[in-house]
Amino acid sequence: MTSATLSTPKAKARLGDRVFSASTVVAGSLILATLAAVAIFLVVQSLPAIFAKAGTLPNDAANFWTYVWPLVFGTIWAALLALIVATPLSIGIALFISHYAPRRVAQSLGYIIDLLAAVPSVVFGLWGIATLSGFVQPFYTWLGANLGWFPLFAPPISGTGRTILTAALVLAVMVIPIMTAICREVFLQTPRLHEEAALALGATRWEMVRMAVLPFARSGIISAIMLGLGRALGETLAIAMVLSPAIVVKFAVLQAQSPNTIAANIALQFPEATGVSVNALIASGLVLFVVTLLINMLARYIVNRRKAFSGAN
Amino acid sequence: MNLKRLGAPIVLAVVATIALSSCAANEAPAESGSTTTAAAEKFSGTLNGIGSSAQGAAQTTWVAGFQQNNPDATINYDPQGSGAGRTSFISGAADFAGSDAALKDTELAGAFALCAAGTKGIDLPVYISPIAIAYNVDGLKDLKLDADTIAGIFSGAITTWDDAKIKALNKDATLPSAPITVVHRSDDSGTTQNFTEYLAANAKTVWTSPASQTFPFQVGDAAKGTSGVADATKNAANSITYIDESGSAGLSIAQLKVGDSFVKLSAAGAADVVSKSPIASGREDNDLAIAIDRTNTDKNAWPLVLVSYVIACQQYQDADKAALVKGYVNYIVTDAAQKAAAEQAGSAPLSADLAKKVAAAAATIK
Repeated sequence: MTSATLSTPKAKARLGDRVFSASTVVAGSLILATLAAVAIFLVVQSLPAIFAKAGTLPNDAANFWTYVWPLVFGTIWAALLALIVATPLSIGIALFISHYAPRRVAQSLGYIIDLLAAVPSVVFGLWGIATLSGFVQPFYTWLGANLGWFPLFAPPISGTGRTILTAALVLAVMVIPIMTAICREVFLQTPRLHEEAALALGATRWEMVRMAVLPFARSGIISAIMLGLGRALGETLAIAMVLSPAIVVKFAVLQAQSPNTIAANIALQFPEATGVSVNALIASGLVLFVVTLLINMLARYIVNRRKAFSGAN
Repeated sequence: MNLKRLGAPIVLAVVATIALSSCAANEAPAESGSTTTAAAEKFSGTLNGIGSSAQGAAQTTWVAGFQQNNPDATINYDPQGSGAGRTSFISGAADFAGSDAALKDTELAGAFALCAAGTKGIDLPVYISPIAIAYNVDGLKDLKLDADTIAGIFSGAITTWDDAKIKALNKDATLPSAPITVVHRSDDSGTTQNFTEYLAANAKTVWTSPASQTFPFQVGDAAKGTSGVADATKNAANSITYIDESGSAGLSIAQLKVGDSFVKLSAAGAADVVSKSPIASGREDNDLAIAIDRTNTDKNAWPLVLVSYVIACQQYQDADKAALVKGYVNYIVTDAAQKAAAEQAGSAPLSADLAKKVAAAAATIK
């Protein structure tokens, strides 16, 4: 008798529900379709360059891989240098804002950092050429004269200061805002009880940060680094303007001939490129696409693996 | 209520528009009165050009002048680069191209989207720019160089200013014993193409690389575009570069050994070399691609020169477009337009007989 009334009640589908679910599906599939379209374009346009004969590629490269390798190296090397500078600074700024500064100072400092993120990269490029490179050149000369034995600082030193280190410094300034913003948010999420417990046990503020805040925030910091890396890998205009590029693979950071990055190389060479050169540039774009994808996957993997040990649970 | 509030700004805007447009209307006749030479026939329609950034400033001048004479015509020029310009013209995305290099044989072998079936694009030289060897060395004036020495400096064989080879050419000058900072283009460019062509022709033993639009040696600093190169050279002490003369303000320009004497850069010398150079063979009759004579040794000749072309169809599918292109090119090669470009863009005006040739070739555009 009662079994008939127990049948699962059907939700009444309202118009709003339908519109909303449809629009999310559309939005979700649209981004996939766009990504697929970009990937297909890159692959199709790349094929002529990847299978190009020696002599048709730019820079007299024997095949596509010898053409693109110095660019891949330059891209990763510049981004890495930028992160080495930006990571400690970002964590420091974020900690200062979240745990050290008086509230009013913290707030205005936060605004200023966010403002930095809104500066277009061409402005950073101009700043890099007009101000920074001239400013750091004497330091480079000094480093070359006194620490020239250290492979990174090997002479000859660039006369203009427009080296990969200068480019990396500009990149660092550009990635600091995003890294700082994420670190700050993560640090603020630290459970109040953890912090108070640490303080109650007699920890100083630094010990509290080290024992309660940093372990909790570790995966967040890694996410921030990876996002910064993504931005640094893809940055085009500032590098194209600041860097004095060459087709080389080397670690020395103060020399005039610096390895170029993929994105900057595309920006520099595309206007005058014809024939296979265009395909080669697009193919290098595909390589950048793959490199960025791999790094993002690596970041996912690290973040997921670290989650369990964050100390938050 | 709302309407009333909106009313005041709208009235203001309308008044301002009228006031401003009447201003412009006042100016136009006064200006065109002074340049009436080329305005016999009135043109109308829209023309889109894409191409050489070297021509950019000159094209802006020409467009302004042409549109003043022909208020119904609109010409857009987008300085994306020569390669992009030729590609766009071939695919039909641009009505004409500006290019620092003439059409290549492979490009001529293909079809042109806007041209009538079976007809090709033709190269019309419209812009000449001398290339300067510019340097920034404190207290050094009137530097004299020959092709071998320039090749040595830019290939990295000569590394200091007081090198014996530079000293031999500059006996009276005090040369610093400082390393030379060579600055070259980081982007592919027509300037590099012409510079390397000159060295490949005049310094065969030192400059072992063929002419190319990519700088071939791993020497010195690289910078983006003419302005980037100029900035880098100005900011670095004891530096030297090659640069379109128009971008060399603030730098000293070296004298060049041509034949047996040293020559100062002059627009007339550059235009003279171009006008005495032969037309490249094996092309259509009206294709005026110039094989620049890099070894010209006339008095005052400046063979380190860049020629930039307007590339148009010999016969357009669209007759109106053809008439407009013809009119525009005819205007570009007039004395007035060439002089205006020389003032605004620092180019060298075409010589009279070359201008006549280009005008004759342009007249055949259908």
